[in-house]
Amino acid sequence: MRDVADVYKALADPTRRAILDELVAKDGQTLFELCTRIFARQDEEMSRQGVSQHLAVLEEAGLVRSERQGRYKVHHVDLSPLREITDRWPQRS
Amino acid sequence: MPRITIASVLVDDQAKALDFYTNVLGFVKKMDVPAGGARWLTVVSPEDPDGPELLLEPAGHPAAIPFREALVADGIPYTQFTVPDVQAEYERLTGLGVNFTQPPMNAGPVTVAVFDDTVGNLIQFVSPNAS
Repeated sequence: MRDVADVYKALADPTRRAILDELVAKDGQTLFELCTRIFARQDEEMSRQGVSQHLAVLEEAGLVRSERQGRYKVHHVDLSPLREITDRWPQRS
Repeated sequence: MPRITIASVLVDDQAKALDFYTNVLGFVKKMDVPAGGARWLTVVSPEDPDGPELLLEPAGHPAAIPFREALVADGIPYTQFTVPDVQAEYERLTGLGVNFTQPPMNAGPVTVAVFDDTVGNLIQFVSPNAS
């Protein structure tokens, strides 16, 4: 069972939020493609190793999963762990 | 002062590489001589025949296999070439059946795209954006 605290920790970092933004905009990217997109956002100062480490944290939290697609390793976004947050603090309208 | 006259890409098959790099990408053959059981095989840009040569070097070393597989898995290009217009090259090469792992993308000062060179590498095209 995954610790829900991982989700909060994963979301606490702006680069990790940027990675999620890029994967929501285009799901199924390789590390290199994600890096190109992250680096093109000029607000992010980040190395490829840095992006790789952030991806590992997101994977740990279940927000990203990687999958082998032929010769390529691609990353998919999975926002289902966020449901734990809205289940716990439902929005009242 | 040293000058850069040659760069190399490791290729699975030299004959197949020569075909792709000349007939598809548009480089021209410069040197082709026997060397240590393989060929010393280079290509140049027809616009710069005395410029830097690209050596199509056999990927024979055992370490080359996991190294290149790991680069390809992460989508990382082995090297890059400059073209006047990435979008136009993308359309031309797609028409010739070239597989792009990353279609043209605006990355700020440049537009980039990444394709499979059919002999074990990903290669990036880059063109400057008008500022």
